Amino acid sequence: MKPFPPLLYAASGQGVGNATDSGAIPIMNITFLLNGEPVCAAVKTGTETLLDFLRENQALCGTKEGCNEGDCGACSVIVTDGEGRAQAMNSCIMFLPQLQGRAVRTVEGISGPAGDLHPVQSAMIEHHGAQCGFCTPGFITSMAAAHTNGIRDHDTALAGNLCRCTGYAPIIRAATAVEDAPIPVWMHDNTPPSAIASNDTVFCPTNTDQLADWFMTNPEATLVSGGTDVGLWVTKHYAKLSKIAFLGHVADLSKISENCQFWRVGAAATITDFMDTIKSEYPSFHEMLTRYGSPQVRNAATLGGNVANGSPIGDAPPALISLGAKLVLRRGNDRRVIPLEDFFIAYGKQDRLVGEFVEAIEVPKGQSALRCYKLSKRFDQDISAVCGCLNVLIEEGLVTQARLTFGGMAGIPARAKKAEAALIGQKWSLSAIHAAKAAMADDFNPLSDMRASAEYRAAVAQNMLERYFYDLEGINVNVREVLV
Amino acid sequence: MTPAKHPKHDAAHQHVTGEARYIDDIPTPKDALHLAFGLSHCAAGEILSVDLEPVHSASGVRMVLQASDLPYLNDVSPSAHDEPLLAEGHVHYAGQPIFIVVADSHLEARKAAQLAKIEIARHAAILTIDQAMEANSRFEDGPRIYKKGALASAMSKAEKHLSGQFDIGGQEHFYLEGQAALALPGDQNDMVIHASSQHPTEIQHKVAEALNIPQHAVRVEVRRMGGAFGGKESQGNALAVACAIAALKTRRPCKMRYDRDDDFIITGKRHDCRIAYKVGFDATGRIEAIDFTHYFRCGWAQDLSLPVADRAMLHADNAYNLPNVRITSHRLKTNTQSATAFRGFGGPQGILGIERVIDHISHKLGLDPVQVRKANFYPEMGSNKSAKTPYGMDVTDFILGDMTKNLLESSCYNARRSSIAQWNSSNPHLKRGIAFSPVKFGISFTLTHLNQAGALVQIYADGSVLVNHGGTEMGQGLFQKVSQVAARALGVPQNFIRASATDTSKVPNTSATAASSGADLNGMAVFAACKTLRDRIAKHLAQSYDCSPTEVTFVDGKITGPGFKVDWAEATKSTYENRISLSSTGFYKTPDIEWDRIKGQGRPFLYFSYGAAITEVVVDVLTGENRILRCDILHDCGASLNPDLDIGQIEGAFVQGAGWLTTEELVWDNQGILKTHAPSTYKIPACSDRPDIFNISLWDAKNPEATVYRSKAVGEPPFMHGISAYLALSNAVSACGDAYPDLQAPATSEEIFNAIARSKRSTA
Repeated sequence: MKPFPPLLYAASGQGVGNATDSGAIPIMNITFLLNGEPVCAAVKTGTETLLDFLRENQALCGTKEGCNEGDCGACSVIVTDGEGRAQAMNSCIMFLPQLQGRAVRTVEGISGPAGDLHPVQSAMIEHHGAQCGFCTPGFITSMAAAHTNGIRDHDTALAGNLCRCTGYAPIIRAATAVEDAPIPVWMHDNTPPSAIASNDTVFCPTNTDQLADWFMTNPEATLVSGGTDVGLWVTKHYAKLSKIAFLGHVADLSKISENCQFWRVGAAATITDFMDTIKSEYPSFHEMLTRYGSPQVRNAATLGGNVANGSPIGDAPPALISLGAKLVLRRGNDRRVIPLEDFFIAYGKQDRLVGEFVEAIEVPKGQSALRCYKLSKRFDQDISAVCGCLNVLIEEGLVTQARLTFGGMAGIPARAKKAEAALIGQKWSLSAIHAAKAAMADDFNPLSDMRASAEYRAAVAQNMLERYFYDLEGINVNVREVLV
Repeated sequence: MTPAKHPKHDAAHQHVTGEARYIDDIPTPKDALHLAFGLSHCAAGEILSVDLEPVHSASGVRMVLQASDLPYLNDVSPSAHDEPLLAEGHVHYAGQPIFIVVADSHLEARKAAQLAKIEIARHAAILTIDQAMEANSRFEDGPRIYKKGALASAMSKAEKHLSGQFDIGGQEHFYLEGQAALALPGDQNDMVIHASSQHPTEIQHKVAEALNIPQHAVRVEVRRMGGAFGGKESQGNALAVACAIAALKTRRPCKMRYDRDDDFIITGKRHDCRIAYKVGFDATGRIEAIDFTHYFRCGWAQDLSLPVADRAMLHADNAYNLPNVRITSHRLKTNTQSATAFRGFGGPQGILGIERVIDHISHKLGLDPVQVRKANFYPEMGSNKSAKTPYGMDVTDFILGDMTKNLLESSCYNARRSSIAQWNSSNPHLKRGIAFSPVKFGISFTLTHLNQAGALVQIYADGSVLVNHGGTEMGQGLFQKVSQVAARALGVPQNFIRASATDTSKVPNTSATAASSGADLNGMAVFAACKTLRDRIAKHLAQSYDCSPTEVTFVDGKITGPGFKVDWAEATKSTYENRISLSSTGFYKTPDIEWDRIKGQGRPFLYFSYGAAITEVVVDVLTGENRILRCDILHDCGASLNPDLDIGQIEGAFVQGAGWLTTEELVWDNQGILKTHAPSTYKIPACSDRPDIFNISLWDAKNPEATVYRSKAVGEPPFMHGISAYLALSNAVSACGDAYPDLQAPATSEEIFNAIARSKRSTA
């Protein structure tokens, strides 16, 4: 063995340079319940995430970072709102100010204060539901949330939690085994009413008028409701947001009201709430939305956010456009109502004035022919390659109206106007469908990306029209309905 | 306490409560620093200038290190010393680390790493298999070739012929816990490393080389990994070495973990490849001659690519007796991430090659693929016939004939196949498919010297037993299995045993926990240590009670002999008081194996593990969307050490294998930039992707070889059951037209849509 030369670095070391001070001073303190106990968090920028707070400030390391973008569920926690609703959410893309007046339960709080296991924890042990264990705390919280809410569709409840070891079967066996077990008493979180901290940089209004006034004078601010999109600007692109308004306490903005013609859905209503609203009227739209993100995402994300961010691949806008939904835009005390499809002008460009925000979406009722088809590489929790939402009116065998809207086919959610024109006035038949498919070739010029090629997008969008025909004729064209 | 029939994972309680600690959960001293790499955004080129001033002046930054700042060896390669920790002069792939940021927090390090101004003169990158073949860019001086029989004459004599080629995609490991390491500087420049690694000894070696200190000065500890799958065999070296260097320079604890995107962009994945084939066969589908060419895209550094590509060749036969065969393997060097170990280690690609050929032959002959597979099987164990693999190893333990018969019956294969044909004929828009696939997987490291393991077993005076061995826990339940071996060997209840974190200072010179060998090797080493200790206790009691040590038995925590029965704890206390050592090492090396990888001849494996799967799917003709409906698996774990843990491995492996061949698609752009680098774009199976009906059974028979309690290895072999899903999709697509679908992998919805078009096209 050759001798080792003297050490290059003496024990005293080279010294560690002075780092430039990162220490922004706290601009506000917020409080919420954490595993049943009140906790106070110092907010410096407003974009500190709950996950970092739990792991780095509270030494609660059970909650894991798996992707930092809300796609793997390892960071799932249960958030209970002021009305006592307990829902699973992703802590990695949740900003601390969103938690004011809420209660958070992490995996450490799913077990009882004396260490008793929750039924889902015992079942996961019994059924060998954990192998490496890293995804397990996220599964436990999602399972406990589903258990609390009596949800038994485990595939949907756990669609937002990825596991690479088990193949999921033992986890589902565990979840099924304890469906009827009583909810442990310690799981009931009461969220006492508390003062909502707010200032001019991190603005937390409690009604829409306050928001409208503030946004007029601070039009450069970012409006954050669920944070499922803005969260990624911060965690993935290190976005620095100068001013933020958190909309979680604007009660009237999340209200859903209705009359006999339409629902008026407040912009801050969550996708979960919106889904419940339309379930019986639009089962196909509802089913498609069960594949929107994951339960964790739908519990936080809002319909207004899905519209206002202007994405060409948001799943709600194509369906809403095919229904002829209208958008209520508000600026100060002024409101205007426009057809939703007119809001989307071009990629990254919407018809929204400075200081204006989406206040509500009016969703018409009574259009039973709406069908929604989402094509993605993976069935659950994936972004659409193509989302086709088709809606025709057939009167006396003839197509009298057609609204065929697609996501993923252009820079904005867009109608296939040529295909619509080819259908209108025609007899509802396969030959009319084939003519409309041919016409659709001139409607879109889609892109190729990691989700799908342009050719595939174009071909599948046309075939969705054919599927739509069979669907309305009652012929099964859904792989999900095939049983062994 | 009576042990349950099939004990749970030893950390199950910690997993479900969130108490189980991973690297980033270990409490660190307050002054710990955090590291991030600054990466190349260019796939190939010369570094002209690196301006790190904006990085230095960023918030929280303490130190920035480039290659020229490294004290000694700039290398983290597990094999050929061709993998610098930090790029020097040139960059070789988009994602290659160029500098290290050391900062007060993880977030500050990551933010600062984005700020460097790096000027690179781009060179023409070699990205694809075709480009690499064209440029003769490869590892080794030419292709490896393994042969058996007389290929040319057998090929020309064969009645029928087919040829084809297909592409097989790679696979990202997507362990839920990303790569992570923590270095704690100690006295005399000793270094303690906590790593999420399957190979603590290699980490120890690389850190010692990088700091130019002896290996005894580096202690590496691994309690558990949050998944690994081969991705933590060599890919953790860079983080551990970076942390050790930073810890040496700053005298502070240093921690590094990759953000998910960095993990995708920096680390290696399963090798993607192309397999071309020419095959001669008879009217029953019996293969008479076959010529395979493997093209493996290995990436920029050698890493483990040679043994991976070797293992693909060693599995090119799978379960089939190929009388005349040639396998040619090109190991191509490209400007992409350095492909690495991933569950199956080349075996899955090799096996998919022959299964695809049989699928093609069956389609051509219009035969049930099961018949063609059976016609080509190796002779069954116990029959008078014998056969050799293409690399000259006798196949003596083949049991797939019986297993296949059993599985076809239990899954009602024949009836379902006819009912599917009928269903398809009346369903123009949806088509179902069903397929059977077998697996024969060779168990042992092909680098023979790795087939060794050590253990350290310590019995304390109260009777509690601490077991340590060279294997690492990545979720597979190794610690549990090894604890069971110790409990059984010592005749004590399970709760007397604790397996402790893998530690290079307790058991030296260990092999990676890889090649499915964890329980086989370490279980035997622990058994050997336990046997030594039991013999000492028996000898002591025999002297005390005046009997022969062979008359002393150890059962359920009681030690019994003629005229005496003592509790385990009492016996251990008395053994201690009589000044007898209660600590022992154990050692095991796999017997009877020898292998020449250049000639392609020998016995690389101690034995084979077997299994078979039948999977049914449905596809949507209009879109290519698809779903797995049912899967039945019969798998051979020998005399299973823990059937519940083994079934868990099999279920998980099937879903992971099916993911590889369906939704998991890695996409690089034409500049060599990986476009799928997070779960938003790279889709591993989710909960609803598992089969609705999922039946797993174990083939209950002892391993003919004298393995630990006659069990068989289970980590990798069941991964290959996912191939049945790919074949079932091919079968469903075949129902759309007359031409062979020529399905590529992964069979995404888009690929299935295209295959449907191909199958119809030639009909017209």
